[in-house]
Amino acid sequence: MRGSADFERVDSDGGTTLRFTGNLSLACLRDLPDRLNAVEGPVAKLDMRDVERIDTVGAWLIHRFARDHESTIEGLDDDEQHLLDQVAAAEHPIELPRKPADPFTRMLGEVGDAIFVAGHTLYGLLGFMGATTIAFWNVFTHPKRFRFNATVHRFEVVGVSALGIIGLMSFLIGIVIAQQGAVQLRQFGAEVYTINLVGRITLRELGVLMTAIMVAGRSGSAFAAQLGTMKLTEEIDAMRTIGVSPMEALVVPRTLAVVLMMPLLGFYASLVAIMGGCLLAWVSLDIPPITFIQRIREVVPITDLWVGLVKAPVFGAIIAISGCFQGMQVEGDAEQVGARTTIAVVQAIFLVIVLDAFFAVFFSEVGWI
Amino acid sequence: MMARREQEEIIIHVEGLKNGFGEQIVHEGLDLDVRRGEILGVVGGSGTGKSVLMRSIIGLQTPLEGAIEVFGENTIGREETEATNIRKRWGILFQGGALFSTLTVSENVQVPIKEYYPGLDQALLEEIAAYKVVMTGLPPDAGPKYPAELSGGMKKRAGLARALALDPELLFLDEPTAGLDPIGAAAFDELTASLQKTLGLTVFLITHDLDTLYAICDRVAVLADKKVIAVGTIDELLALDHPWIQEYFNGPRGRAAVASAERAGAERAGART
Repeated sequence: MRGSADFERVDSDGGTTLRFTGNLSLACLRDLPDRLNAVEGPVAKLDMRDVERIDTVGAWLIHRFARDHESTIEGLDDDEQHLLDQVAAAEHPIELPRKPADPFTRMLGEVGDAIFVAGHTLYGLLGFMGATTIAFWNVFTHPKRFRFNATVHRFEVVGVSALGIIGLMSFLIGIVIAQQGAVQLRQFGAEVYTINLVGRITLRELGVLMTAIMVAGRSGSAFAAQLGTMKLTEEIDAMRTIGVSPMEALVVPRTLAVVLMMPLLGFYASLVAIMGGCLLAWVSLDIPPITFIQRIREVVPITDLWVGLVKAPVFGAIIAISGCFQGMQVEGDAEQVGARTTIAVVQAIFLVIVLDAFFAVFFSEVGWI
Repeated sequence: MMARREQEEIIIHVEGLKNGFGEQIVHEGLDLDVRRGEILGVVGGSGTGKSVLMRSIIGLQTPLEGAIEVFGENTIGREETEATNIRKRWGILFQGGALFSTLTVSENVQVPIKEYYPGLDQALLEEIAAYKVVMTGLPPDAGPKYPAELSGGMKKRAGLARALALDPELLFLDEPTAGLDPIGAAAFDELTASLQKTLGLTVFLITHDLDTLYAICDRVAVLADKKVIAVGTIDELLALDHPWIQEYFNGPRGRAAVASAERAGAERAGART
């Protein structure tokens, strides 16, 4: 019953005829398209009397062949003729995908595109920072519009829930710094300076920096994905039409939460890292904790704590704003949400490190060395 | 004669189906037969499990109890390799189109063909995709576009083009005309009917659209009280005394649909004379 599609060529006085047999359907085509392409010369008639069944792919092949060889088609019943007419009516010239340009031109094009996108993003981010500032001012002048519950909820999500992972990370980092420091300093017989190393580097740099990276990964990405999804499902448009400003309702609580939580988390991370260093010093250098803490108080100036605490809210603002900014840029489909979330995290960490370098220069200029 | 015998062949057979999510039972003791070559409309209030029924038949939802046969083969608990033979023979249009967002419309249409017939050359694939796209009523330049660039109605048509990629014998449509403008919806109905006629399709059509029911459905199955309470032509259903059916077909929208169907019938008759 389900014979595969086939044809035979009959040459007579009236010209060439192709007589088709079998099932002209996608499942039974086999090599028919190639064989049809191989037929040369004018073909006067296509005889379809013996065809059992024809589907749109078969009809398309017949139509295309008849068009290219100027043949007439015979022996179709009404339904089959209708199908062929429909397929023929649907014909239109197609553009085959363009061939890619040569590698050098493509590279130049991609570099140009990347520079354009980077500039455009920076411009957009600055604009978004401005919009966030205005939103903060509006909330400040109209305190009733401040969303207290949403903000407190963000405190919990951004801050409290992060305590476990940030603590664990910092503790391990404290151990690693102390261990590596001890190995190097032992060569000079200056193992006791491990305490200076751990105390100063965690309070000044690593406590806040590692916290910023963790918060960017936990909360910055979440902001981008949340806002991006809300953008796709038109929730943000719905908010606007109701008269709620998405900047005030969504961006302000998130930014405020990260700005306030970052110094707390950073301070906590520094303390836990010092505890990690303390543990290693006790176990491997035989420095008792009481001596360790006494020594920390002597060698770590209070300005080191201020350096860390000044940087933290600035990093927090960068993380929150770039997360929210990328989330609001989502348009089109779900794939964008993923792409924008990635960009938000990468951008936040990059900007945090750039700013950290500026802060390092700044604080050494003002004498907080 | 031939047509009559085919009419009696059962393509989908559902018996004693029970579906539920946790505590909530959606279907219980649901029976339904779909005959070859018919367009079966499935109607029911929101939440009566029309989509769940479709998902059970196509194997996306494993029922708690019951038997489902498609093309005479049991679809529950079978091996993946056996399932592909049936999957080649049906096409499914999901409510939102469910197009693959990283592929163009034309590539979307080519996906099933490439999956099952990897031997075809790319030029022919492009041509097949191109005419399928136009046949479903999309403009010719829609082929190279990505789903995100299309409107809701166009996504649906592109989804239909993909569902029809393999020239299936059985087509599942989940609310194909929802969200389309009346002209687009009427064109979609006409398209479904003409494809059904030319390709000999069997269509399982979930719809809320009364015009669609009157215009193209051979029979209508009504879902209520966790089962199919009635199957038949609209006239047969109207003869029944079920309150939901009466409300559905005799409500203001039902009467308007009848009027427009009669008007269309009269116009056709007028055109003939």
